[in-house]
Parts: sequence; structure tokens; C-alpha cells
Amino acid sequence: MPKGRSLLPTIDIESVGFDAGAHLLVKLALGRVAVGEVLRVRSQGEGWEGPLAAWCRSQGHAVDFDAAAGHIEARVTRGAVQAGRWRAAAVTGAIDPRADNAVLPQAEARWGLAARGATVEAGSPAFAFRLSRKDEVWADSAATLYAEAAAAQWNADTAIDWNTAFALPDEVEDAVVQVMTYMVENENAALVVPARFLGQLHPHFREVQALLAIQVADEARHIDVFTRRIALKGRQPGLSTAGGQTSLKTLVDEPDFSVAQFLLAVLGEGTFVSLLNFLNQHAPDPVTRQIARLAARDEARHVAFGMAHLGQSIAREPALLSRLGNAVEARYEHLAGTSGLNEEVFDALILLAAGGTRPADIAAGYGRVQGLLQDMARGREARLAKLGFKGEAAHRLASLHTRNFM
Amino acid sequence: MSTTLVMGAVAYAPKVVTIWEGFKAWFREQGLEFDFVLYSNYERQVEAQFDGTLDLAWNSPLAWVRAERIARARGLQVSAVAMRDTDQDLSSVLVVRQDGAAEVAALKGRRVGFGAIDSPQATLIPLDHLRQAGLVAGRDYTAQRFDVLGGKHGDHIGGERDAAVALMAGEIDAAWMIDGNYMAFANEGVLPSGATRILTRTGLYDHCNFTVSPGAPAELIGRFTELLLGMSWDDPAVRSLLELEGLRAWRPGRTSGYAALARAVDDEAFYDAEGKILAADYRY
Ligand SMILES: [Fe+2]
Ligand SMILES: [Fe+2]
Repeated sequence: MPKGRSLLPTIDIESVGFDAGAHLLVKLALGRVAVGEVLRVRSQGEGWEGPLAAWCRSQGHAVDFDAAAGHIEARVTRGAVQAGRWRAAAVTGAIDPRADNAVLPQAEARWGLAARGATVEAGSPAFAFRLSRKDEVWADSAATLYAEAAAAQWNADTAIDWNTAFALPDEVEDAVVQVMTYMVENENAALVVPARFLGQLHPHFREVQALLAIQVADEARHIDVFTRRIALKGRQPGLSTAGGQTSLKTLVDEPDFSVAQFLLAVLGEGTFVSLLNFLNQHAPDPVTRQIARLAARDEARHVAFGMAHLGQSIAREPALLSRLGNAVEARYEHLAGTSGLNEEVFDALILLAAGGTRPADIAAGYGRVQGLLQDMARGREARLAKLGFKGEAAHRLASLHTRNFM
Repeated sequence: MSTTLVMGAVAYAPKVVTIWEGFKAWFREQGLEFDFVLYSNYERQVEAQFDGTLDLAWNSPLAWVRAERIARARGLQVSAVAMRDTDQDLSSVLVVRQDGAAEVAALKGRRVGFGAIDSPQATLIPLDHLRQAGLVAGRDYTAQRFDVLGGKHGDHIGGERDAAVALMAGEIDAAWMIDGNYMAFANEGVLPSGATRILTRTGLYDHCNFTVSPGAPAELIGRFTELLLGMSWDDPAVRSLLELEGLRAWRPGRTSGYAALARAVDDEAFYDAEGKILAADYRY
């Protein structure tokens, strides 16, 4: 026996067969020897040579057997195939988004669906993710906002007291149903817009992906509870107008992620937070008030992401500000010929806030809706100012926002 | 002289189209005009090596044996120019249930499962192995064939799997399979872990090779071989092709690994010395 042979790294697979995972014992042991070096394999089993030889062949390791010592030993020489596979593999950032070079400026198509930070084999297929630049989509707060959203999910079955007894005058119940019909339509836009971007977003931007995904789930829940409120007293949905849908279509058709965030989140959902707060305060029944309160919490997060993303984007590229301003103007021009908020919705809001049909009720409801419109405009102006629009511009753009609210 | 090298391959599975389309594109990128013709069985493919249709063929070991015999009978020559690294030094194993036969001699009077009639690894070489140990099918034991797709020379894994299933069902007492399938069938759950043993193993043999037809254009064959042997696993552009075809590197062809098969072909009367088909119940 040549001297030094006993120094060879050795793995004893005992009586574990290749029908029971013996290959893994050999593989782990081979991982501890260098390419070109030899691992000695011993076994107390029988008939293991064939399957070991087959496994080595499939993995590109050389093997020979030695029966000299009275029992059979295999000598496996580690091949270079595994090392070869990872030559020129891609480095794809790192797991912690706060670390340097973790979230890279450009995510490559060939990183595909791999976890951020994974080593990706060269020759992996290219995936066409349109949103692949960090500056197009990123916000540092995405991970935090996602965690908050995940913690704040609510169960529509238990969070809302659907069985609370109440009865509204028919006209007021109809008004609630009309407002809910309008809400569902708007929530559909709020679901479809992030859902479309989600499918185009490179998974490298995992935190933004998660945030958009949970936002889509939020909107699905909103659509569900508004629909259940419509059905609560046996009604069918009310009216949907061409003007309202034309306004929403401009959101759905917007291809630029930042512009869409601006129009939908900052202006639209921001305005919706005012509307939901209004409903929470003035809706005539406890179920609608509960629904509005829960949905408003979710919407505030959607607005927060839009503000965070745009705040960061504008800080990096101040010219974006005028692009956003132009988008509002263009949308205003585009919608100039439409009627904006449908009259049925506006009147329904008055009735809903009135809670009854007596002159004094209506007058009070009307006053509340006026207050709502002022609150919406003030909120838009404040968010625009926060993004960097100067006083006069912020005021003007806030006033150009679609009369459909969203 | 033709400027396009024409190769034959047997379409034993749909992926064969993907494989050879991939190689064709790659060869053409390297400046070699290459085309392929697909056959449904190796017999017709080998015959086409002698009528001028094919410059070379991607042959099973049994197809090699036949091509070599036909060539010799006609005073011609075929040669094996390249093969897969994963086709060298294979073996087949005979699997029994844990409580099955303790030694090969104990198979006397038992039922042994084989693959397709034309499978080198699951039928012909195993028959030879048992014959060398003194056991002849039909005389000393019952050979039960698990035939899937005749003419494919055992390239289809199904026959071996069917035999393994029958072994676990108690329908047969032992089942032959190529060494790599023992672990593959365990991974699939066909062979429950610890339920079986390997009773015996054949000697080492080689599998497929690129067989050059008599009179093929030497320059094109030379270029083809040079390109093949130069394919590197480290190159991502060719690695996917190599993975599809199940190899890590092409090796120069050798014909030293077909002796047991040639002996079985004679003993089992599969082909005669001139490559004529003798096996009566062989359908392809
Ligand atoms: Fe919503
Ligand atoms: Fe929203």
C-alpha cells in the first residue's frame, strides 16, 4: 500500500444504498476536496459499485475500484464539471437592500426569477421585464411599508359587523349603493394599475414587488367589502358613466411607472383618503362607516409609497417635476370634454351625508360635501407642495385634478 | 462531393428534434454545413449508411455492431469517430427484492425481467452476463421481456421501468436495468428505499457512437470531429446542448467496449455475421 494513501479523505457510506441517498453522502464529502483530488469511498453494503459509478459519470467525476484490501474501496476523483457550470455566472446584488451594491441600478434580463443576490448560471434565459432600472421604480421605504401593510391586513368577515341592524330610507340606501358602485369602479383602476406594473417589474426589486402585490390584495379586499355593502340590503350596483370610466382609463393606460404613481397614488388615492374619511364620519349606517375607516388606513399606505418613490425620484432628477406637472395638464385637456364626476354620484354623496330627505337634512348634506371638496383640494395641494411644486403651481395643479376624484 | 454533412439519428423521443436542431445551428455557426435525417428505428438508419443517404449516424451500440458486420461482409469499413463521456464504461445491474435470491445461481427456475428485445443494456448484455455464469434463458430461468418501442434499441427508458415496477409487484424475481437507472428509479419512488438489492453487475461496456459510413467525405468528417471534441462544458453557449444530449465532453470514438454485446448478438441469434436480422419476434 503506497504511503500516504491512508491520508486520503475518506467517506464511509456505511450500509446506505444509492436507493436511499448515498449519493448525497458522497457529494457532501466531495465538496470538501479540491477539483482533481481524490476521495476514498467505503461501504458496508453490497452492489453499490454500479450506482456509484453511474452517479460519478453523470456528475463528471472519475471513479475506480480497488479490491486489494479484502473489501472494495472506490476512489473518486473530483471533476471540474460543477466548477465549470458556474464560470462567468452573474452576481446579482445582495439580500439586504440597505447594503452597498445590494439593489443594483440595472437588473439584467438574464437574472430572471432568481432571488436577489443569487449566483445565476450563464446561459440562463432572458426574461423581458420592462421595469428593470432602479430609478424607475425604487423607494427606500418600500420594505417598511410592505411590513406595515402585511401587519395591517384585516379580515372582512370579522373586522366588519355585517349583522348590525339598521334601516335607511330607500333614497338614502340607494345613495349609499350608488357611492359604493362608484367606489368599486375606482378600486378596479387602483387594482389593475399596480397589477400591470407588477407583471413588468424585475423581481430584483423584491421590496417594491411585495409592496405592489399587497397593494393589489388591499384593493381586492376593498372591492369585496364595497360589493358586499351594495348587496347588504338586496340591491344591485347602480350607475357607471362614460365620463368616470374615461377618467380612470387615462390611469390604466399610463405606461410610465412614476407618472402613474403620481396620478394614481399622490393625486387619486390621496383624494380618496379624504373621501373615505368623509364616509367614515358622515355615512348614515355603521357598516359603511366601518368599511370606510378600514379602507382609508390601507389607502394612506398606498399614498405613502407614491410619495416616497416620487420624493426620491425628484431629488435625483429635478426635471421629473415638470414632467409630472405636464402629465396633470395633459390629463386635464384630455378629460375637458367629459362630464367628470357623475351627477348621480355627487347627489348620492349629498343624500348619504344628509341621512334623510328633509330640506334641513339636504342642506346639511350639501354643506358637508362642499367641505369634502375643499378638504380634497387642500390635501392635493399639500402633497404637491411636499413633492417640490412651488405655491402657485401646486395650487393650480391641485385644481386641475379630475373631477372624478381618482 | 457534397458540401453538407448528413447525419442520421433515431427519434426515440420528441427532444431528439430539439437536440439536433440545436447542434445543426451550432455547427453552421462554426462554418460546417450540417444536416440530419431522423429515423424511427436504428435498423433503417444503419441500412441508409450503405446506400449513400447518410455520411454518418448517431448509432446505438447494437446499431454499431450491425453496421460493422454489414461493412465487413461487403469488404467496406465503418469507424467510430466520437462518443459521449457518459457512454463509456457503463454497466447494468440485476436488482432483486431484499428477500430475493442471495446468489446468481439461485435464479434457477425464477423469472427475470429484461427490457426491450433490442436493448443492449437491459436485454442483450444481461443475457450474456447470465449465460457466462451458466444460466441460459428459457433453459435455466424464464426471461420476461418488457418491450417498449422496438427498433429504438432500448433508448426508451420505459421497458426498464416497467420491469422495476413488476419486480416490486412480485410479478418477477429480478429486474435488469442500466446502472444509472437504479438511483433514478429510487428517486421516482419506483424502487422504495431499502426494498431492493443489487445481486450482480455486468462488466463495463460502451454505449452510442458516431459511426462514419463507408465513403463519407473525410474532410467534413474531420471538421465535424474536431468541432465536437472542441465543445467545452465551460462555454454557456454549448453547455445547454451538451446537457440536453446528456454529456459533459465528447471523447474520441473507441470500439473496445462492444465485445460482450457482439457475443450476445451471436449467442442470442439477433443478427448474423453479415448483419442480417435473425430475431424472429423483433418488430420495429
Ligand atoms: Fe382601495
Ligand atoms: Fe389604493
